[in-house]
Amino acid sequence: MTSTVVAAVTPAEKASGAEVSTPRRRSVSWLGLVPFGAYVALFLAVPAVLAIASGFFDGEGAFTLANFAAFSNPTILQNFFASIWISALTAVLGAVLGAIICFALLGTRPDRMLRSTVDSASSVLAQFGGVMLAFAFIATIGAQGVLTKWLVSIGLTANVFNNFNGSGPLLYQVPGLVIPYLYFQIPLMVLTFMPAMEGLKSTWAEANATLGGTRLTYWRRIGMPVLAPAFFGSLILLFANAFSSYATAAALISQGGIVPLAIRQQLTSETIVGVANVAGVLALGMVVVMIVLMTAYSALQRRASRWRR
Amino acid sequence: MSAPEVAPRLAATRPGPRQRRPRYAAAPSKTMRRIILSITAVLFLVPIASMIEFSLRSGQTGAHGFEHYTAIFTAGAAGTYDVLFQGIANSIAICLVTVVIVLVLLLPTMILVEVKYPKLRGVLEFVCIIPITIPSIVLVVGFIPVYSVVADIFGSQPWTLGFAVGIIVLPYAYRPIASNLAAIEVVTLSEAARALGAGWLQVLWRVILPNLRPGILSACFITIAVVLGEYTIASFLSQNTFQTALVLVQHTDPYVAVIFAVFALIFAFILLLVIGRLGALGRGRPHA
Repeated sequence: MTSTVVAAVTPAEKASGAEVSTPRRRSVSWLGLVPFGAYVALFLAVPAVLAIASGFFDGEGAFTLANFAAFSNPTILQNFFASIWISALTAVLGAVLGAIICFALLGTRPDRMLRSTVDSASSVLAQFGGVMLAFAFIATIGAQGVLTKWLVSIGLTANVFNNFNGSGPLLYQVPGLVIPYLYFQIPLMVLTFMPAMEGLKSTWAEANATLGGTRLTYWRRIGMPVLAPAFFGSLILLFANAFSSYATAAALISQGGIVPLAIRQQLTSETIVGVANVAGVLALGMVVVMIVLMTAYSALQRRASRWRR
Repeated sequence: MSAPEVAPRLAATRPGPRQRRPRYAAAPSKTMRRIILSITAVLFLVPIASMIEFSLRSGQTGAHGFEHYTAIFTAGAAGTYDVLFQGIANSIAICLVTVVIVLVLLLPTMILVEVKYPKLRGVLEFVCIIPITIPSIVLVVGFIPVYSVVADIFGSQPWTLGFAVGIIVLPYAYRPIASNLAAIEVVTLSEAARALGAGWLQVLWRVILPNLRPGILSACFITIAVVLGEYTIASFLSQNTFQTALVLVQHTDPYVAVIFAVFALIFAFILLLVIGRLGALGRGRPHA
C-alpha cells in the first residue's frame, strides 16, 4: 500500500543520494501518525467506549443488562419522546425556512459582503450560540423579555410568553425550546444546504426554458427532484443537531424534560430510576438514534452527490 | 458559482437599452430576494436587539441607561465579576491548548497523510467527522472517568479541558484545512521542491505551510469560536470557563451576563467574517 507512494518519491531520493535511508525514513514517517492517533484514541475512542459501556455495568462493576430497565421508566420514555418531537419539529421548520433563505441567496456572489455576512452570522448562531442564544431569548420572550412586556403593555397581561399552559413562562418549558432551537436550526440549514443549491446548473434552467418550461416547471420537475436528497440529508443533520444539543436547554430549564437534561440529572444526582449508570444507558440510547440518523444521512449524501459533478 | 454566469452572456446576446430580462434562471427576482432576506434579517435581529435593550434597562422602572455597563468596571474592580473574568482567562488558556492541538497534532497528520498515505485520507476524514455524530453530552459521560486520570497527571487545571475540546473541534478544524489541501497540489509541489534539492523540513516550512495559510487560519479562528462557545464539557467537568461563568453570573446579575453575551456574539461574528473573507481570497487565487 505504501509502495506506490514511495515509488513516486524515489526520483528525488535518488537525486539526493539518500537511497540507504529510505527504509528508515518510511518507518519514521509512520511514526508521524502516532501522536494524533494516540490523542484520538485517548480522548475520543476511550471516552466514547466508556460512555456506552458504562450502561452495561452495575454499581459494583459487574456486567448487567438490568440498567436497560431505565427504558421502561415512563419519565425516561417521556424524555426520549420530547427530544424526538422537538428535534423533528425544529428540523422540519428549520429545513423549510432555511431552504427558502437559500433560495433567496441564489444568484448572489459568494465572495460579496452579503454572502459573507450571512455565512458568518449562520456559523455564529449554528456553532457558537448555545448559552448565549438562551440569554437572547430570556431578553426577548422571557418573563421580563421585550416582546413579553410589549404584549403586557398592549393589554395582554396573560399572554403565550409569560403563561403557557398555565405553568409559567413558555421559555422555561420544553415546548418553549422550539423557538430558540429554530435560531440555530435555520442557520445550520443555510450552511449545509447552500452548497447543494449552488450546485444547480444554469444549463438546466436554460434547457427548461428552451423546451418551453416555466419557472414553476423548472422547480417542480428539475430543481426539487435534484435537491430532494440534499434537502432530506440536511433535514436529518438538523434533527441530529437538535437531538444532541444541550447548552441552550441547560441554560433555560433546570430540571429534566429532554434526554440531554435527563443525563445531567443522572450525572448530578442519580435519582430518577433505581438502577446504576442510567447516564450510560441514556448515552447509548442517544448513540443508537444518532447511528440510525447518520446511516440515513450518508445514504442520502451519496444520492445527493450524483448531481454535483 | 454557475448561476451568475448566465446574466452577462444573456446581456451580450441581447444588446439594447435596459431590456427586461426574461427570467428563466433558478435565482429569484430581486424583489423576492429582498423580501425574504429582510424578513429573515428582522426576525434574527429581534433577539439581538432585545438583548441590547435588556442590557440598557435601569432596574424595573422602564428607564434606560448605561449603569450596567459602568458597573462592569466599578463593581468589577470590587471583585463582583471575578468569576466571569477568571472564566474568560480560562477559556483563553483552553483556546491556546486547542489551537496547539490543531497545529501540532491535526495539521502535520493531515499533511503527512496527503503526501505519504493518501489511502488513509478516508480514515482520517472519518475520524475527524465522528465528533459531530457523538453528542457532547454522550462524550461527557466518558470524559468524566478519563479526566479523573488526567487530573492525577496534570492536576485539575482548566487548561486540561483543551484535550477534550480539541476533539469537539476536530470536524470544524478539519474541513478548512482539507479543502485547502485539496485545492493545492501538495504532492506535485513537494516533489518539485524535492527535485530542486529542498529537504523535507524546507518543503514543509517554505512550500506547503505558506500555501495552506488560509486553511490554517480559518481552522484556528473557528477553533477559537467553538472553544469560546463550549459549555457542555466545561460544566460537567466542573471547570470555570466563559460559558459556565456566564450561566453562573446570569443567576445573580442577568444584565451583565447579557452584555457579555452580546459582545461574545459580535466578537465571534467578526472572527468568522474574517474567515469568510480569507476563504474568498483563497478561492480567488488558484483560478487567477
